[in-house]
Formats: sequence, structure tokens, C-alpha cells
Amino acid sequence: MSVKQEQSREAALSAKGVESPLYAERQKVYPQSVQGTFRRLRWAILCATLGVYYLLPFVRWDRGPHAPSQAVLIDMEHRRFYFFFIEIWPQEFYYLTGLLIIASMTLFLMNAVAGRVWCGYLCPQTIWTDLFLLIERLTQGDRRERMQLESGPWTLRRARSFLLKHFLWLMVAWWTGGAWVLYFSDAPKLVADLATFNAPAIAYIWIGILTLTTYFFAGYMREQVCTYMCPWPRIQAALTDEHALNVTYRYDRGEPRASVKKAEASRLAGEPAGDCIDCRQCFNVCPTGVDIRDGLQIDCIQCGLCIDACDNVMAKIGRPSGLIAYDTDERVKARACGQTPPTYQILRPRTILYAAIIAIVGAIMIYALATRSLIGISAIHDRNPVFVTLSDGSIRNAYTIRLLNKELHPRKFSVEVTGLEGALLEIVGAEQGAEGHLVDIGTDQTREVRVLVTAPRNSRHAREDIEFIATDTISGQSARAKDHFIGPEKR
Amino acid sequence: MSTPQHQEVDAHTGTATTGHEWDGIRELNTPLPKWWLYILYATIVWSFGYFIVYPSWPLLASHTPGVLGWTSRGAVTADLQSLQVQRAPMLSALDAASFTDIAKDEKLRGFAIAQGRAAFGDNCAPCHGSGGGGSPSFPNLNDDDWLWGATVEDIRQTIAYGVRSGHEQTRVGAPMPAFGQTGMLKPAEISQVSDHVRAMAGLPTEKGYDAALGEKLFSEQCSSCHGDTGKGNIELGAPNLTDKIWLFGSDKASIADGVNRGRGSIMPAWTGRLDDTTIKALAIYVHGLGGGK
Repeated sequence: MSVKQEQSREAALSAKGVESPLYAERQKVYPQSVQGTFRRLRWAILCATLGVYYLLPFVRWDRGPHAPSQAVLIDMEHRRFYFFFIEIWPQEFYYLTGLLIIASMTLFLMNAVAGRVWCGYLCPQTIWTDLFLLIERLTQGDRRERMQLESGPWTLRRARSFLLKHFLWLMVAWWTGGAWVLYFSDAPKLVADLATFNAPAIAYIWIGILTLTTYFFAGYMREQVCTYMCPWPRIQAALTDEHALNVTYRYDRGEPRASVKKAEASRLAGEPAGDCIDCRQCFNVCPTGVDIRDGLQIDCIQCGLCIDACDNVMAKIGRPSGLIAYDTDERVKARACGQTPPTYQILRPRTILYAAIIAIVGAIMIYALATRSLIGISAIHDRNPVFVTLSDGSIRNAYTIRLLNKELHPRKFSVEVTGLEGALLEIVGAEQGAEGHLVDIGTDQTREVRVLVTAPRNSRHAREDIEFIATDTISGQSARAKDHFIGPEKR
Repeated sequence: MSTPQHQEVDAHTGTATTGHEWDGIRELNTPLPKWWLYILYATIVWSFGYFIVYPSWPLLASHTPGVLGWTSRGAVTADLQSLQVQRAPMLSALDAASFTDIAKDEKLRGFAIAQGRAAFGDNCAPCHGSGGGGSPSFPNLNDDDWLWGATVEDIRQTIAYGVRSGHEQTRVGAPMPAFGQTGMLKPAEISQVSDHVRAMAGLPTEKGYDAALGEKLFSEQCSSCHGDTGKGNIELGAPNLTDKIWLFGSDKASIADGVNRGRGSIMPAWTGRLDDTTIKALAIYVHGLGGGK
């Protein structure tokens, strides 16, 4: 491109140019309160989820005298995770893989069935924002009052409500951080320690961190977390399709918008008139400040509050409810073209596939948990020297063997070796009873022992496959570990 | 935070563009929130804190020290000190306990073995090998053949005072004389006695071996230390010649070389170099390798 062309192109661009800054000021959202089905549903979910979060650490679960009695406990110090009847050791962390697959598939399934169910009803960001909005409303009034208060001067009333709101926010945030640390230690004891300032510093630090993040994310950041920070809106935008239910403005019914009177006049005159009276109630109640009438958008968390708002208005003006409702793209489009909308199909290849994956992974996990072995053995052959010649010419190999006792009481394992003719087994520092070589292992612990296997030289090859077997002397449970017996090359 | 000079509205999306264009592809302008930019500025300001607090700028001979005076060497030293503080109770327990008590206390024994393994790697592995496997003239510590005794106390004493180390409490025993070089045995006699040693160990002998002569020479010259039947003597550090373990090799040339030039391996005394607790831990570790009695 020549310089002249470049200049003329630039001139053309600037002639058409618009002013659009690269960085935008936040448009503060003042959501209005609303009554209705979805509001009640959200209150119920809020109470249930917060109730679980705050109270679960106090639920007890008896595991006997040798293990903690907290139902859900992440015991970092002893590297154990307890979840009711399930106990996970660090090397069994792969269960988390299954859990994550199920979690992501559940998100996909929810999305394919009814849009952003997670964002609108279940996400902690949504729930705590909702709780903080409730506090805001109780201390500073509804949308209009808050807007007036904030645009007006600093009066005593404003200052008082401001202080009360932030105090309550910080209290909620503090409890949120406080509940978090209870999942990592015995809850009743930690509460007492925290109150008497005897808890470890790390507990106070985590409470502080979570108090601040809760306070800022639910009090100030709110919808910006969803719009700018969370990856899920982007992912779900790529996952949704025209068959999925979403919170939808039925433009086929709502357009053209007009006031109640004008719409009635138009209808009498036989001209087209939509049900939308452009009252902006759907926009006013929206916690993320979007206009649902612009269609599906990344900022919309699909909480359903605009459905409640619009239904209330439709009831007042005597029009049928459901102008904003859960609906699919294809149904809205069909109606707009004057066709009969297809019925919503919950059973589609996509939903069946997601459900099947959840079922399969879930079944595998249940099987793995049900057949989880409570005894374990692993062996490592000495690398240097790989074998030792003894005075009588026999060959000895040394192994480091780790025995695992996942039962919640102490056990005694016998250890033996198979696959080698004339092999003698010896455990350094362990008792040798009539039943063989016995090793005591404490409750829910592992023990490492040094094991020596000796065999006559002439009876063996340079490398033989052997197997160590650990057996619980009482229950008879056993575990096996494969290894080798190595000697000099046969001449 | 500037407003782009040339903006154009994208016809398809109705969104303004940033004015950036690559091969006809234009970048749509989706404005970031301002606080996002402020966070970037805040991180830049934060980085200046590092310049002040930590060592950062190189100077001609050194670098700016930073107001905290932090150094990576200092951090390691602090880590090591805190480790020593953590280990102190176990170390003093190890120091106080007898070998019999340690053998009964699994926790203390495990601690001693861990300490001993580390000390072995640092001090003993160059000669005896990282797992104590030994090499010609450096004994294998895993087997059941011990020149100076196989109890944990024997082993502790050998480690502490060494073998022919010059320490006043060292093990001396009877170093093997150089029979050939000093003229005590003639080459033909060395050949005979070497064959006799092999015969005692059940190894084949060469042609020309005279059993009666060999036995006579052995009982005259060797049996005072190695015993009449060649079983050795731990008091003197004289090896058992009838077993399958040969420190210098079992072939006739190696045996003859020993008879000719003598043997007298040296192991340094570790007391003074290592503290008593470390030597104790080393003894427990070596004893537990498999050969201890």
C-alpha cells in the first residue's frame, strides 16, 4: 500500500470513527427487590447451601477411638481426607479425577438442559452476592432509595446505614472465612481455640484472607467477577445450543413495544402490538445489570429474577405471564415465523451422552470405593549392591518394603515371599513368630521394613520373578507386590 | 489510558474496533474495566517494593543489599538451624539411649537409620559404595563376614577408631606380613601356600600342588593368625579363608599377591571428625544393612 493510499484510508477511517475508550468505568448496578417463584427458589437454595457450608464441619461421624470424628475433614497434618464413610489417602487422590469429571459433566448437562443453572442459583459468587444485596437492602433501602442515597450528600442517616451495612458485610465475610478453616481441623476444638486466641496462626491468616475476598467479591466486585474474571460464561456460550432452555425474552410476543394504552389502541385498530410495555422492570431487578430483551448475553447469569418481575407486571396489566420465561431459541424463532413451536426435548443425544458419562464415571468410582483395599504392600529392590554373596556362598537380595494398614485399628501382618526355591526371608528388626515374619503396624499408618531374601546359589538364575505377600493375621486380607531376585550370571 | 485515534464500527457486530488491523482482520474493542488497568499499575508500583526490600540492583563489586538484609545463603542457614532445633529432641534421645533400647524403639531406630544413611553417603560411600556394597579391598558391609566383629558395638568401635588409623584406640590386629618381599617364603612356596588356601576354601588347585607341603607351609607361617583350619580370628582382624567372601579376590594370582606383598588395609578413625551421636547412628545403619549380628 502506497503512502498516499494509506493516508486516504486513514482519513476515511477517522471520518467514520467513533469514540470508544479501551477502558470502561463500571456502571454500578442497583438491583431492585422482586417477589415471585424464582425469587423464592433462590432464597431456598441460598438457605440450603449456606446452611451446609456453615454447619457441615460440626457434623460428627464416629470412626472409633483412633480416627477423627468429624464427618468432613481435610486432615493436612496427617495427610488424610475424611468424607463420612470414605477415607482417602494421598496416593488415592486420583478419586478426585473422577469427581472432577463428574463435576464438569454435571455443569455441561445443566447447561444443555436449562442454561446457566450453576451461575444463576448455585455459584458461591451468586449466593454471597445475593446475601450481601439482602443486607444492603435491609440497611439502605431498595433500588431507588439506594440510588438517591448515593447521589445525595453525606447525611447522618447515610453514614449510619453505610457503617451498619459494612459492619454486617464484614461479619458475614468473617463467618465465611471462619467456617472455611473448620474443614481442616476438629471444628468444636478449633472454635474454642480461635475464641481464646490459641489457634495456630495459619487459621487466623486464612480467616483473614477469606474475610477480605468475600467482602470484596460479594460487596464490590459482584457481577464483574462473572463478566471479567470467570471463564465459565465463555465456555457455556460455546456449549449452549438452540435446543437448550434459557431465560429468554419472547420477542415474538413482546415486539413492538408500546405503553399499555397505545398497545390497546393498536390492537383495536388491528395493528401489531407487543406485550412488552417497556417498563424496564426486568432490567431494574437484574443483579448483573443486563437487559434480557437484548437476547442471550455473556453478562446474564440466568437467575430468573426478570421472569418474576415481568410476570408481576403482566398480571397487573392483565396480559398472560411468561413474556420472559425459560424457553429455547428454536421455539422462539418458530413462533416468530408463525409456525407451531416444537416441544422442548430434554432427551437429546447431548443430554443422554452427558448423563451416560456421569453414570459410568460414578459407577466406576463407587466400585473403586467399595472394593478399596485396606491393606497394601510395595517393594523397592536395593540398587547398590543388587546382591550380596554370603560366607556360605548363598546369595542375598535386600528390599525396602512398605506395608499399609488402612484400617482404623492396629494390625499385625505376616510377610512371605513366593516364586523362589529355597528362599529364606528375614525382616531386619522384626519379631519372628511361629506363623512366620510378623510386623506390627499402627492404626491407619504405614511402616517401612528392610527385608532380606536369601537363596542358595546353585538353585537360581541371574534374575527371577518373585512376589511378596502381606497377610493380615486376623482377617486374612492380603496384598501382593512383584519384584525380582538378582544374582551373579550363571556360569 | 488513551482513546484510539481511528475507530471504526464493525458492521457485523456493531462493535467499535480498536483501530488495530492485521491483514484485514480488525480487533474489536471490548473495553476492560478501569480497575483492571489500575491493578496493573499497582503491580508495577509493588515491584518497586522489591527493589527496596530485597537485593536487586548489581553494583560494581556487589549489589544493593535491600533493607531487610535478606540473602539466599542466610535463608538456607536459617532453614538448617530450624531443622537442627526440630531434630534436637530426637538427637538427644538417641544420644542417651543404649543400643538395646534403640532396637526396641521403632521411632528412634528409624531416626537413627535416617541419620546414619545420610552420614554414610557423606563420609563412607567414597570407599564402601553408596549402599555399602564395597569393592576390592574395601569390605562389603551387607554380607555376613566381618573382620572386626558384627555386633553393633563392634561396628561402632571400628567406625569411631578406625583400623590401623593411628588413633590410640584403633584396631590394629596383625597386619599380614609381606612374606615374599621379606624373603620369608620363596616364590615356589608362595605358589604352594596359595594353592593350599584355595584348597581349604574348596576351590580347584593348579597342577604341581603338593597338599602336604602346602599344609606344612600354612601351619608354619599362616595358622598363627588365620588358625589351623583357616577360619580366621576376629581379634586379629584375620579373615576366614574358607568362606566364599574374598576381599581381594579368590583367584590364585590375587592370593599369591597378598602373600608376597602382605595386606594391611587402613580405615580412618571418625571420632573427632564426626560427633558421637552421628557415629552411633552410623553403627545402627551399617548393622541394619543385613550383616549385623
